[in-house]
Amino acid sequence: MSLFGKLTLDAIPFHEPILMVTMAVVVIAAALIATLVTKYNKWGVLWHDWITSIDHKRLGVMYIILALIMLFRGFSDAIMMRAQLALATSGAPGYLPPEHYDQIFTAHGVIMIIFMAMPFMIGLMNIILPLQIGARDVAFPFLNNLSFWLTAGGAILINISLFCGEFARTGWVAYPPLSEMSFSPGVGVDYYIWALQISGIGTLLTAVNFLVTVFKMRAPGMRLMQMPIFTWTCTWANILIAASFPILTAVLTMLTLDRYLDFHFFTNEAGGNAMMYINLFWAWGHPEVYILILPAFGIFSEVISTFTGKRLFGYKSMVYASGAISILGFIVWLHHFFTMGSSANVNAFFGVMTMVIAVPTGVKLFNWLFTIYRGRLRFTVPVLWTLGFMVTFTVGGMTGVLLAIPGADYVLHNSLFLIAHFHNTIIGGAVFGYLAGFAFWFPKAMGFKLHEGWGRASFWCWLVGFFVAFMPLYVLGFLGMTRRLNHSNNPDWNIWLYIAFVGAVIIMFGIVFQVVQLFVSFKNREALKDTTGDPWNGHTLEWSTSSPPQYYNFATIPHVHDIDTWTDMKEKGQAYQQKSSYAPIHMPKNTSAGVMMSACFTTFCFAMIWHIWWLAIVGVIAGAAVFFKRCYTSDIDYYVQPEEILEIESAHNASATTFNQGKEFSA
Amino acid sequence: MLNRNLCNSALGTLLLALTGCKGGVLDPKGQIGIDEKNLIIIATVLMLIVVIPVIVMTLYFAWKYRDGQDHEVYAPKWAHSTKIEAAVWAIPIVIVIILGVITWQSTQELDPYKPLEGKGEHLTVEVVSLNWKWLFIYPEQGIASVNELVFPANVPVEYKITSQSTMNSFFIPQLGSQIYSMAGMETKLHLIANEPGTFKGFSANYSGAGFTGMKFNAIATPTQADFDTWVNKVKSQKNTLYKADYDALAQPSENNPVSYFSDVEEGLFHTIVMKYMQAHGDMNKKHKALPEHSGHTMHSEGEE
Repeated sequence: MSLFGKLTLDAIPFHEPILMVTMAVVVIAAALIATLVTKYNKWGVLWHDWITSIDHKRLGVMYIILALIMLFRGFSDAIMMRAQLALATSGAPGYLPPEHYDQIFTAHGVIMIIFMAMPFMIGLMNIILPLQIGARDVAFPFLNNLSFWLTAGGAILINISLFCGEFARTGWVAYPPLSEMSFSPGVGVDYYIWALQISGIGTLLTAVNFLVTVFKMRAPGMRLMQMPIFTWTCTWANILIAASFPILTAVLTMLTLDRYLDFHFFTNEAGGNAMMYINLFWAWGHPEVYILILPAFGIFSEVISTFTGKRLFGYKSMVYASGAISILGFIVWLHHFFTMGSSANVNAFFGVMTMVIAVPTGVKLFNWLFTIYRGRLRFTVPVLWTLGFMVTFTVGGMTGVLLAIPGADYVLHNSLFLIAHFHNTIIGGAVFGYLAGFAFWFPKAMGFKLHEGWGRASFWCWLVGFFVAFMPLYVLGFLGMTRRLNHSNNPDWNIWLYIAFVGAVIIMFGIVFQVVQLFVSFKNREALKDTTGDPWNGHTLEWSTSSPPQYYNFATIPHVHDIDTWTDMKEKGQAYQQKSSYAPIHMPKNTSAGVMMSACFTTFCFAMIWHIWWLAIVGVIAGAAVFFKRCYTSDIDYYVQPEEILEIESAHNASATTFNQGKEFSA
Repeated sequence: MLNRNLCNSALGTLLLALTGCKGGVLDPKGQIGIDEKNLIIIATVLMLIVVIPVIVMTLYFAWKYRDGQDHEVYAPKWAHSTKIEAAVWAIPIVIVIILGVITWQSTQELDPYKPLEGKGEHLTVEVVSLNWKWLFIYPEQGIASVNELVFPANVPVEYKITSQSTMNSFFIPQLGSQIYSMAGMETKLHLIANEPGTFKGFSANYSGAGFTGMKFNAIATPTQADFDTWVNKVKSQKNTLYKADYDALAQPSENNPVSYFSDVEEGLFHTIVMKYMQAHGDMNKKHKALPEHSGHTMHSEGEE
């Protein structure tokens, strides 16, 4: 075994023009960013204020930046696949041979779920959840920083696979025996395993962190049944993460043992059984989709109640419905493989349980409707996303219940109908939700609102693009087209494949307009500035802080009497109260331990992928060393002095009060 | 605007799909497929009873209660109504109960392991998925074919399915259900063609580089005599399929043409299903090779 294990210069795809151009673009972009940072002398800011920050709001922003970058990557994969399938009709081979195409659909799935949707959701939760419950940070701020960097480490690994070696060609579920050494001897599956493993641990730590935060750090007076609905749905999602991600960790560990140490958990040989993997994978995988969707449901609830200027209808129903979805989400996993040959009773049980989930979901839809009822709905961008969701998701829910009927699934399983269904719920549900939350909370995180016009343009492109791209896939499913085909030879399919490609192009405009929106909003940030901290006349505590909030969030922790605490405070005249003196605030210090540990463990993973054993040992020992050093560091906190707080608070209250008085005069 | 766009595209495609399908799931030519198509339509119509009002209400409420209108009532604190809450829980529950009953019954009736009743004697075909082609063994006729499946129309066929290596799914959309093929295991499927014809069959579970080419024609002959003619045609071929021939065939290959085998080793399918169990015995010298009938066979509980 050589010094670099299996790694040689052959791992770099010099003969692949698409990859070489991509690599060149990435290198140029990185160089450009580095030059700009150097020119404006921002390396210090980047390191001290962002990379080593343990501030939940900044970590949230970094999560969302990661999610957006991964959205570009995942979407590039998507449009390449749609282009391949639109070109490779009537027996034509298209431009992507199977060994390349198969990596792309695997990467698309992994990236969109694990590195786009999850970081987006966790980013929004990071920014908003502590503010909603009146906390100054999360329970374990350092752990939060570590979680982010572990997730980022996974994302880096998966992107390295593009230019060094290969990615898995197994589909994002990586079913054995295909993912075993005998059928996938390359490093692709190893990239898959280690990228998921390291980011999965980050996600698990996040869930533990936020559960402790919610249960131990709520503002005085806030009972559980007074928590804002977004906090509640995130809490249910975190319970699901804490219960399901260990299953993923375990199943990937077993696959690792199979591949590295010749174990036989899932092999054909020596008593292994692939069905075990498939069961365990979906015992994580199904809760995972509710982990993605529940926080989005919370966002829609917040958006609807804020912009109708009403309390949320049926708050308790909403909380219990979310809980029911979480629990039921654990006993439906078998519906992913009705066609494996289970008995009719088993299939029927899992089918019916799956349908039962439609009940709490339906309740939620009706409750949003009755929140709008007798309200005054302002058609802002977050509201457009919400209405788009309510229409789109209803269709997706219907096709989901259809797939839950084993008799229907026997002919629709693994077809493009299935692909259309889960994109219908993940784009129309989760992604629309995150984009609603993005527009809704952007002023809170950044201090200025997003440009409405570009936001609307982006919304319409996404919505129309979604329908144009995915309705044809429902049809193709009925026409008998199965998923993961590299090319087709059926004239009846062609027209639908062309339409789907056009839809992907329309979605691309939606993404481009989103970027334009960010750019235009940044240029006009003075005009779009949010001086009050409460640009939408919000209901909950995050709107009581300045935009962006002070690093300590709350100068004095508010006392909570109502679900809509901030509305309650505004009505009682307790908002924007200036105090004459403040108590010192206990705050954690930034630390580089998180990013260092992640760098070590990512190196370990990379070394494991390429069988560079010495580097793996170095990586794991170095990571452990940083961890223990951090454990024995006592200089981890400090107090913000009352004078400083007074100065900051006076400035904010003055600007908010001036602005509010101005509004009254003009009214 | 929103209304028109969304409803039109959603319902339009649905209708198109329901009426304009040739050769797909909604154009079934076998009893199982016909039952499954009807199930899909009944379930969809039932769900549309809730789905359409929800979509219409969403758009109507959003428009009616938009800001800047002169609303008669504005109720910012109104957040609970026992009547409405009871209704919003009850409506989905009723629909799900109805769908649940349909699901339970249809799942029993469409159980892929259940022989087709009242259709006469079943023809047995043993199906093996190989990287990347399909092998069909006819144990009663003692013949086999690659990438072509022939059987008489109106005769029920019992498929015994396994895989040489990776997992695939055996699927002929116009005839109905699909079932996974898994190495070291035997799964079962029962289908019938109600009329003669040539139907597309393929693998519906990704299995690696040559997956796209794992296609075959499923040909339902008009009469038993036509089927017998085909059997005789196969029997007149030179190729045979003994263990060594099978091992050669099992080597990965893509886009294989149709080929026939006039004679097949007795019990070849069983050997393929059991081969990992025998290897298991070899690897653990302490244990004797397990008796052959103890292999992993996916049985349908209660039906056997």
